[in-house]
Amino acid sequence: MAVVAAQLETGTLVDLYRSMLLIRRFEETVYYLFLEGEIPGTLHQYQGQEAVAVGICDVLRPTDWITSTHRPHGHALAKGVTPRAAMAELYGKATGCCAGKGGSMHLGDPAVGMLPAIAIVGGGNTVVTGIGLAFQLRRSDQVAVCFFGDGASNEGAFHEGMNFAAVRKLPVVFVCENNLYGASTPFHRVSALVDVADRAAAYGIPGHVVDGMDVLAVREAGAAAVAAARAGEGPTLLECKTYRFVGHSRSDARGYRDSDEEAAWKERDPIPQLRAVLAERAAVGQDEVTVIEREVEAVIDDAVEFARASPDADPNEALTDVYA
Amino acid sequence: MSMPDPGPPSARRLTIGEALREAIAEEMRRDASVFLIGEDIGIAGGFGGAFGVYLGLPEEFGHDRIVDTPISEKVIAGAAVGAAALGMRPIADMQYSDFLFECMDELVNQAAKLRYMSGGKVSVPLVMRAPVGATNRGAQHGQSPESYFVHVPGLKVVCVSDAYNAKGLLKSAVRDDNPVLFFEHKLLYGSKGREQAGGLDLTAEVPEEAYLVPIGRAVVKRPGQDVTVVATHLALYRTLAAAEELGPLLGASTSSFRITLLMEEGPVREAVRRLHRALVTEGEETRSPAD
Repeated sequence: MAVVAAQLETGTLVDLYRSMLLIRRFEETVYYLFLEGEIPGTLHQYQGQEAVAVGICDVLRPTDWITSTHRPHGHALAKGVTPRAAMAELYGKATGCCAGKGGSMHLGDPAVGMLPAIAIVGGGNTVVTGIGLAFQLRRSDQVAVCFFGDGASNEGAFHEGMNFAAVRKLPVVFVCENNLYGASTPFHRVSALVDVADRAAAYGIPGHVVDGMDVLAVREAGAAAVAAARAGEGPTLLECKTYRFVGHSRSDARGYRDSDEEAAWKERDPIPQLRAVLAERAAVGQDEVTVIEREVEAVIDDAVEFARASPDADPNEALTDVYA
Repeated sequence: MSMPDPGPPSARRLTIGEALREAIAEEMRRDASVFLIGEDIGIAGGFGGAFGVYLGLPEEFGHDRIVDTPISEKVIAGAAVGAAALGMRPIADMQYSDFLFECMDELVNQAAKLRYMSGGKVSVPLVMRAPVGATNRGAQHGQSPESYFVHVPGLKVVCVSDAYNAKGLLKSAVRDDNPVLFFEHKLLYGSKGREQAGGLDLTAEVPEEAYLVPIGRAVVKRPGQDVTVVATHLALYRTLAAAEELGPLLGASTSSFRITLLMEEGPVREAVRRLHRALVTEGEETRSPAD
């Protein structure tokens, strides 16, 4: 981490820190509001995995696109959906990024290059190839990133999407967030291979294991993969080893995980890790970090107030937008 | 038998296969965002699609816009969805409609839902062409699954029965901002029809100039006062033959319903309201002799 950090501007490090903290505080706030009964539906939360969304999206342009999953809050915020629009969407409000018709599992906005998140496991793995194909046919240098979990790597869509992207050299980056569990099922119970990244060999493309708790490592690997895709060299598979600090969904008591394992991963929390780098390498002290934290909290408070004050999605709109 | 639209003798007559090819070529010339994607569609020396509809198109349009895929139906449909969401207009090809079940997620959960889930911000203007109909190919290459897809909000379903409508409807489907499943019958592509189709003359007058046929309107093939028969594909021709035979006993108002939305307001519903008797004939599977 230190070597990479030395090459980055202080401003970039601060931005990465702010982005990860924004996602963390957003998720903590949303969880509380959900328990209070303010937010309907269900939640699949991102605490612990922030380094992946932030590290990858930091090397993307606004005109690049991403696909996401049933756990999309972090991807949406990192790609540029505003906290207001994301929060209002969770509340089912008309001002949400999907006009209240998407909800937690479908956050997205084409204006920031994010397809509404696809909550069918593996769904994005074929759709992303079409986004890449559109860029290729238009001779654009845009890039499409597919975020997916370890669970999706066992779907047929994973195979079909990666093979097609590889053979057409599509400008696509496949980012697997291996958080060790597909819902409650440990990955080692469902894959004889230890590393998803090894599967890249089957498609003739590069595959790399990345420390998904280290935002600088993710950013570095992402930058290389995105640059290759942009240069017409085709797709890369990045497997970011990470961990969700919370349950699969809001009702998950995590009885299948061991508390020692959870504690060990929390020791590697990406946010304090980067805070240490900021202090050591960029001379960003506690005072400045405190300012960032207050700013982030103000942004989240504003988002909640905005969502609360926004009108509900109009029931008369329930059956619109089915057809264009 | 009074079979498909009889044009003047000098008029140009095309088969459904030729009419579809012409529609595709016209739309590709008109709009650079239109492209083709599927298995065995543009390979040099290959088939030009399972029923030859794409033959000759690579020579005009090259291979950039004719995307030959691996045998990966999920990726054909998924790539069509992704490209369409970005503003392209893919015409995707399923060699047999039976294979649509390989990509139900991409069609039903992605193509049909993205517009709604995005609050209207995303459109998915894709066309998926698929041949239906029982022939002598066995149980897995002979289904007619169009009615499954009528149950899916967000999808449009089109069934074509003659060359004139095939051309005009395919062009409308390409320009439609919604995902359109475009079902064709295997026995109706050629000029004579297969023997199983009764050796019908299946050519129809097809204007050389561009024209559109709007999606969602039935065509009255035979006016009558006794019963409304709604028919698609090969069942349309069987129904017309039956009506001819029963002529003295029964008048029939036979429609080729091009979008299977029976409950929609329109000519079919009006006819049913008027005559109070309706019969639907289509090449569906039956479950048992007792069905």
